[in-house]
Order: sequence, then structure tokens, then C-alpha cells
Amino acid sequence: MSDTNAQSTAFVREAMLPAKPAPVTQVGAVRWLRENLFAGPVNSALTLIGMFLVYTLVTHFYPWFRHSVWNANSMAECRAAVTASFGDGATGACWAMIRERWHQFIFGFYPPELYWRPIAVFVLLFVALAPILFTQLPRVMLGFSVIYPLVAIWLLWGGSIWPVTMVAVGFGLGWLAMRRLSAYSSILAIVAAVLVPVLFWLFAVGPLDDLLTSVLPIGIEPVASDRFGGFLLAITIGVGGIVMSLPLGIILALGRQSDMFLIKTFSVVFIEFIRGVPLITLLFVASLLLNYFLPPGTNFDIILRVMILVTMFAAAYIAEVIRGGLAALPRGQYEAADALGLDYWKAQRLIILPQALKISIPGIVSTFIGMFKDTTLVTFVGLFDPLKGIPDFIRADFNWKGIYWEPFIFVGAIFFILNFSMSRYSMYLERKLKRDHR
Amino acid sequence: MKKSVFLGTLGVACLSAGIAAASTLDEVKARGELNCGVNTGLVGFAAPDANGNWSGFDVAICKAVAAAVLGDASKVKYVPTTGQTRFTALASGEIDMLARNSTWTFSRDTDLKLDFVGVNYYDGQGFMVRKELGVTSAKELDGASVCIQTGTTTELNLADFFKANNMSYQPITIDSNAEGEQQYLAGACDAYTTDASGLAATRAAFADPENHIILPEIISKEPLGPAVRHGDNQWGDIVRWTLNALIAAEEYGVTSANVDELAKGTENPEINRLLGVEGDLGAMTGLDKDWALRAIKAGGNYGEIFAATIGESTPIGLARGLNAQWTQGGLLYTPPFR
Repeated sequence: MSDTNAQSTAFVREAMLPAKPAPVTQVGAVRWLRENLFAGPVNSALTLIGMFLVYTLVTHFYPWFRHSVWNANSMAECRAAVTASFGDGATGACWAMIRERWHQFIFGFYPPELYWRPIAVFVLLFVALAPILFTQLPRVMLGFSVIYPLVAIWLLWGGSIWPVTMVAVGFGLGWLAMRRLSAYSSILAIVAAVLVPVLFWLFAVGPLDDLLTSVLPIGIEPVASDRFGGFLLAITIGVGGIVMSLPLGIILALGRQSDMFLIKTFSVVFIEFIRGVPLITLLFVASLLLNYFLPPGTNFDIILRVMILVTMFAAAYIAEVIRGGLAALPRGQYEAADALGLDYWKAQRLIILPQALKISIPGIVSTFIGMFKDTTLVTFVGLFDPLKGIPDFIRADFNWKGIYWEPFIFVGAIFFILNFSMSRYSMYLERKLKRDHR
Repeated sequence: MKKSVFLGTLGVACLSAGIAAASTLDEVKARGELNCGVNTGLVGFAAPDANGNWSGFDVAICKAVAAAVLGDASKVKYVPTTGQTRFTALASGEIDMLARNSTWTFSRDTDLKLDFVGVNYYDGQGFMVRKELGVTSAKELDGASVCIQTGTTTELNLADFFKANNMSYQPITIDSNAEGEQQYLAGACDAYTTDASGLAATRAAFADPENHIILPEIISKEPLGPAVRHGDNQWGDIVRWTLNALIAAEEYGVTSANVDELAKGTENPEINRLLGVEGDLGAMTGLDKDWALRAIKAGGNYGEIFAATIGESTPIGLARGLNAQWTQGGLLYTPPFR
């Protein structure tokens, strides 16, 4: 038996075979291509169409970019330079216009010798934002964030330092009044916090300002609002709108949830009215209609008017986004807050809002991004926005008449950088605040 | 009930505010600055340079008025206005006068409650086509696609013209001049139509102006002029006669170069009255007697302004044509200074 068996097993493998390489269709680039681009007849067809489109676009636009001209004084010189280098009929981008006029895209008509002021404001903006955006930083830096808006206003518009100081003093008095009265009644404290600064600004500021200006005339050269333009204008309106619309939006969202009839009605009417009206209409109201109602001769700064209307517009959207966050919170959270004996404001501040806001981050940030892009609409009320206002008047200079795509590409690139940064930050924030037990 | 009382009070408050308003002249003097509505940017007519200093044919009118009223041609705040905002800006008092190549029409003068004080440029609507199209007259444009800016009188003129000649056309609406040029060059439309002055400037800026022609037909009257609000005739007079002073100065040969010399007194009583040597015309409209002298010194007479901003020596290269003095076969004719 054993012999026959021994003879029948002529060969027994004693070692494992080395692993064969996977079939060529299952590895590396080929596999990736098969899985992602050619995973069936439909996908293959779509891929080919897509590649054809990309190819057409690139071959169409690449020469235009390759023939870019950076040094010229007019459109005609640009064309001559392209013809000289690349032959008749060649077209090329004329970036020389950006090179000559970039400062107007950034600063508008801001006096060139004062460019350091907007630049300082821009740099300080990040110093002020840093402690708000990144909690790792020391909390004392928040002190600067609080006074930053006033510093920015003073640096941008210039003039005497006292009006801005008066605004700060007003807020300080309001805060003091609130602190003093909060021991007695929270409602009284809130009323005082609003009433005291308003009364101060209405009655005490005028004489005090005159007195201080005559004693200590500290000030820098004033710059009027009509000198603002380009990204300086867009960022001023955008950041101002963002900073003011978030608190206003939170208050409106809470107001809409409130049980108090008047507050609820006001919030609903405000939100629905503003959301139901196009932004352009509001801008026209800001620039034109307000003049009919104000007494003749009043000079209500146009940028401030636009900023207020943009803020109201963004606040209405933010309010709805936050209401979504509030609605997403389980009922138990509200009840738990009540069970702990927290009053309304404490419950909102410590339990409800932190969670609701976290849920709303993507919505809030996309509202901000949308609002920032919408600042270009101010062109319709005669302000020089970077996308249309500035290029239009540059084209009105005969040297640059006929230039079309270059300003759009330049401005679009800057907007992309700014908005993409905002979007990345919101994703960072979402990851950091993630408390789900997934 | 309460609501109507509230609205009534508001209305009364608005009315009284309107009545209590000081005259525009007093307001401008008190402010020390003339708010002048201009185009957001139109080659030759109004454009800020790299440093933000405005210049152009319309801007020169603002400067002349500021010089006449305030004594300083630089005391102007230029308020850029768009086609949509220009008349409302004037009506609401945001600007004191509008010098924004606006066509003087019946409805604008009456229904919109503007007062056009005169004409500083006689324009008309024309067509530009590519030469290779082989069209030599606007009457041959039947069935053509035409690029046309929305919200302007040109849009209405175009419809009228094609209707009157029993032709059809396909409008390609555009939002701005820059977009129109782009569409036209890209071949989106066969013809581009706008004011002839604008066409000339556009064609001059093309890479290949020789391949485009401006058709001879002018299909509309476009008298462009500065406008003020209804109801303040004194202010209207000031703007009107400042414009007239510039035109008259050209007629009498008063230029920015010789105006100081002539202001010492001349043989011509008309010049003497214009420059305040004889009589006191300025006082009749609330100004001093040197008002016209200052207005002429600001940028020269009408002819000098024309030559410096849009004339044949500039790249825009517009001929005087209808805008020549009446003595030269044009339409400029100012009433006498008497």
C-alpha cells in the first residue's frame, strides 16, 4: 500500500509559492483609471467627453496666457508687443493694466501716501481675529479685539480721535451701568445698558467733543468715503457686515423662538421682509430713498448706510440658519437647562447656543461668503466695487479701453483666495468642535 | 386711526422739511463744495485717472459751475451715478446738478421733474458694423442682430428706426459699453449701436479699427446736457448761464489764455458784460460779477474744453460737426448776455 502510494506521489511542493504580482489591470494607475474613469461604457463616454472639453479649453486659453504682456502703458502697446513677439493675429493677456492700476483695485482712490493706514487696519484685523478664531491663544488678546473696530474706523476715515473715543466711552458707561444694576434686576440692567450710552451720545458728546478738540487737537488726516474703492471697500463692508450681523442674527433667531408676542412678531416680520426683498432693492433704499426722508443737508455716510443695510440683510439669513440649529437640538437640552435652574439668558449662553451655533457653522460661513461676494453689488449705487466699478472707470481711460477679461480674472482670483480661506477655517472649526461619539 | 394720524404727521413733517429747505445756491455755498453727478466712467466725458482726479467733457461743466459759484474749480465732489441712479440721485438732493451725458427728452423734463438747462453736446445714435459684412447703410440691416444697451434711449430709438423702415432685427441686450464691445468683437452681433461719440471712441480703441465702419445714418437726436431739479430756478439759471458763458466765450474769442487781459476792458460791450467789466449780471442770479471770468478760467471756453477732452487731437478724435458755433454751421447758439 505504502509503496504504491509513494510511487504515485512523484512530487510534493515543500515551499509556498511566492505571491504573484496582481494582474496589471488591478494595480496602480491602470486600476485607478479603470475604477474611476472607465468603469463602464457610460463612464468611459463621459470621461472622453470631459477630456475633450478640458483639451479644448486649455488649447483655447493657454496661448492667451502664454502671450501675457506685463510691461506696457496702454492697450495699444500691449497689442503691439504681442504682435512683435508672436506674430500677426496672436492674442495675449495684457496684465500691464493690473501692474499699472493694481493699487486702485486694492485701495480705490485712497490717497497713496496714506496706504499704510488701510494696510495697518488689515494686519491688525488678523491680530484682533486671532484670539476669536483660535482658542489656544492667551485670552488677554480679546481686549484688543474689543477695541479693534473703533481703531479700524479711526485709521480708515481719519480725523479727530475724540468722536471715536466718545463712542468707546459711551459703551464703557453702558457696561458700567449694567454691572451696577444687574444686582437688582436683569431687565433694568439691560435697559440701562442701552439707555445710558444713547443718552450720553445724544447730549454729552457734542460739548465734550468740542472741549477736548480745542484742548487737545489730536487727529490724523481725514479721508472721505468717496475715496474708498476696490477691495478696501469690499472688505470694509464685508467685515463690518459679518461682525455686526452675527450678534444681530442670533438675537433675531432667539426672538423668533420667543414666547413674547411683540418680540416674536417683530422678529418674524423683520426676517421675512428682509429675506423677501432683493439686496439690490435694499441698496437702492440705502443710497436713494433714505435721502428723501432725512432732512435736507444731512450727510449720512454712504458706506455706513450700505453697511447697515447689508448687515440687516445678512442678519435675516443668519437668523434662519441659527433657527435651524436651535430646532436641531433635542428637547431634552432645553429641559435639562431648566432643571438646572438656569435663567433664560444663562441657559442660552451656556447650553443652547454653543450647541446650536456649532450645528450652524457651515450655514453661517456660507452666508458670510455669500455676503462678502454680494458686496460687489454696491456698484449699482455708484460705489467703486472691485469687480465692475473699478474696471469700468479704468476702461474709461482711453489707454485701457477695450480691456475685458484681465480684471475679471485678477479680481476673481483674489475673491477665491479670501473665500477659500474662510471655507477652510470653517472646516477646521467643525473638526475641532466635534463632540459626536462616532 | 392711530396709524393714519402717524402717517399724516410723517407726511407733514416731510413737507415742512421740503419747504424749509434752503435754496441750492445757499446749500452749496454753505457746504463749500458742489456735488456733481457724473458717469461712472465714459471715455472722454468723465473718467478718473490713476490718482483719482476726474477729467472729461462733462466734468469740465462741473468745474466751471464750481468756479463760478465757489470761486474754486477743485471744490467739486464727483458722485458717480449709473444709468439707473442718476435721476433719483438728483431728485433726492444727493447731487446738486447732473452732468452725465443724459439725453434731454420730453418725459425726463416733465414727468421726471428735471430741468435740462441746455445742451453741451449734440449727439445722435449710429451703427458700427464689420467691413467684411459689406453693409454701407443702416437701411440694409434687415434681419441683423444688434447689440444694444438696456435702459437707455438708444434702445427705444432702435425699435423706432427698424419699425419705421419696416425691417426686423434681433436685439442682443448688453449691460455696459465694455460688454457691448466684447460681444460685438466676439461676433455675437452684426451691428453695435450707441451714441455716435461712443462709437467713435470704441472704434478708435479696437486693435483693427480699419476693419470696422460707422454707418452714415444717425437715427436719433441725442441732445446731451446738464440737468438740475425742478423748482429752484435760481440754481437752474446759474448752471444754464455758466454753460452759456462757456459757449459765448468761444463765440467772442475769449480763451483761458486771454481772459485776464480782456477782463481789463475791451471795445466789445458784450464781452465786457460777460466778464463783469460793464453792468452787474452776476448779481441778478446771486453771484458776484466775476463769475463768468472764473468759469472760463477753470478749463477754457467751450471750444478749448472740446479740443482738450474729445476733439480731433485726442485719441477719440470727434469732429465738431453739430457742436460747432452757429457762425461755423453748428448748433451752438447762446442767447445774448444783456
